[in-house]
Amino acid sequence: MLNYLLRRIGLSIVVLFGLSVIVFVVLNLSGDPVLLLLPPDAPASEVEAFRERMGFNDPLPVRYWAFLGQLVRLDFGASIQYRVPALELVLERLPHTLSLAGLAILIAVLLGVPAGALAALKRGRLGDALLSGIAVLGQSTPVFWLAIMAILLFAVQLGWLPASGSSTWRHYILPSTTLAVFLLGGIVRVSRTSFLEVLSRPYIRTARSKGLTEGAVIWRHALRNAAIPVVTQIALQARYVIGGSVITESIFSWPGLGRLLVRGVYARDYPVVEAGVFVIALLLIVINTLVDISYTWLNPRVRLGR
Amino acid sequence: MRRSHIWRDLARSPQALLSAIFLALVVVVALTFHWWYPVNPLSQNLLGSLQPPLAETTSGTHLLGTDQLGRDLSARVLLGARISLMVGGIALLISLVFGTFVGLLAGYFGGWIDAVITGMTETVMALPFIVLAIAVIGALGSSTMVVIMTLGLTSWVGYAKLVRARVLELREEDYVVAAFALGSRTGHVLRRHVLPNVMPLIIVESTLLLGTLILAEAGLSFLGLGIQPPTPTWGGILSEGQMYVAVAPWIAIFPGVFLLLTVLATNFLGDFLRDAVSVEG
Repeated sequence: MLNYLLRRIGLSIVVLFGLSVIVFVVLNLSGDPVLLLLPPDAPASEVEAFRERMGFNDPLPVRYWAFLGQLVRLDFGASIQYRVPALELVLERLPHTLSLAGLAILIAVLLGVPAGALAALKRGRLGDALLSGIAVLGQSTPVFWLAIMAILLFAVQLGWLPASGSSTWRHYILPSTTLAVFLLGGIVRVSRTSFLEVLSRPYIRTARSKGLTEGAVIWRHALRNAAIPVVTQIALQARYVIGGSVITESIFSWPGLGRLLVRGVYARDYPVVEAGVFVIALLLIVINTLVDISYTWLNPRVRLGR
Repeated sequence: MRRSHIWRDLARSPQALLSAIFLALVVVVALTFHWWYPVNPLSQNLLGSLQPPLAETTSGTHLLGTDQLGRDLSARVLLGARISLMVGGIALLISLVFGTFVGLLAGYFGGWIDAVITGMTETVMALPFIVLAIAVIGALGSSTMVVIMTLGLTSWVGYAKLVRARVLELREEDYVVAAFALGSRTGHVLRRHVLPNVMPLIIVESTLLLGTLILAEAGLSFLGLGIQPPTPTWGGILSEGQMYVAVAPWIAIFPGVFLLLTVLATNFLGDFLRDAVSVEG
């Protein structure tokens, strides 16, 4: 277990290192980063002085080393738009994104796992075909189109729900369900496959033959064993949740990290973009590690690190 | 994967057959519409703006209506299809070539090459595509070239993982071992024995990836980070339509429907091919 954890942390460090290289290369490919950091009307003498002071005239490896030092200290510099530390802005927006994503995952799991189980129980029959078809449909639906259609129907036509903002619980409904539909397809499909696999196991036959009700068989024996691939799927989808959240937040004017990032790109506010990208990467790495550890709890037979 | 089986199975699966026909139709229409469709997707007619589907204006009948500048929506959706397919197709090719090559290297040589490549795949997979794209496009600005490269260089991971895993298995196969024992060179073995065995997996991955790439390009263009106006893309038209959704909902509805159907078709077809391959392979 300890071995495994150490390897996992080692890989995470490699990943963060790789990301730092990508961001550094991209930042330098973009032409002159000094011009990004200074106002466009700065005089040439001032640009040159700034360049010398900030070390932009040093050779590349020296600059990369300095850049890495800043990253390790989580010093991304000040936001160009708001003149406050970029990390502060990012951390202030993060809870909004997490609450939206968390609610979306909850909805997707509560609907998706039973739907997948049902499809598995009705294997090969109409119900299965219908549920599986709907799952693929969900996976193929562009989240931004769905969001606009939801606004058109529930906000414009019916006037039931607000289309933007985040002040009351009613503001959560449209963004979180839109994001949930985006995730639902994957969860239904994995749950179905996983339940099919579990239902063919001897212990399920035993449980049925000793006279347990179908409900008890599903709840006590199938669900827990089918859970691992589902949990893995949710962890894999953490990436998609954040990705989908970027788009969903932009449409519903949700004050989260995704909208901050998109706004940051429009404003060429690179410190904010950089800070946001690294915080998201750290977050996803932590989630994936936690999920790997949770396997041991869900299934003691998994001996990590072997 | 024997060809005759694929065709027989395809005839038995209405979903997959319809998907294949639909995709073929989209490709043909997208490539040829400028020869037979009378309206220019870029020509404006401010007197005929925001007209509903089937409306008549001074520039003719508009099957899907017009947008805020009076441009014909059906022509724009058709040109959008061409651009989506072109961007998705080129990005697919880049990730296919790069991913397969890298996967072959990692699986075949192992050791430090494998370690470096694993580090690369983990890095790319650590971030959602759209966040990585934001980092790149934020710095480089947006152009069709940047979008294609960003899509291509973030999507090869699937190929690399698939190919690597398959090569690890194949390396132990008797006929591969025998080819080496007979003195074949590495390049020859990879081309003659390994690549044909990896091909079915690559075809399945490509079908599914095409849909993902088209969706990703649309998402970027929707956010204003992808292909820039006046070039119409499905995502771009949708994003303009968002502003007029209360008065002219068709602008947002139609490009989304085409996008949805195209991605749905690639998913149905990809699933079908995966089943066909796994049953026989």
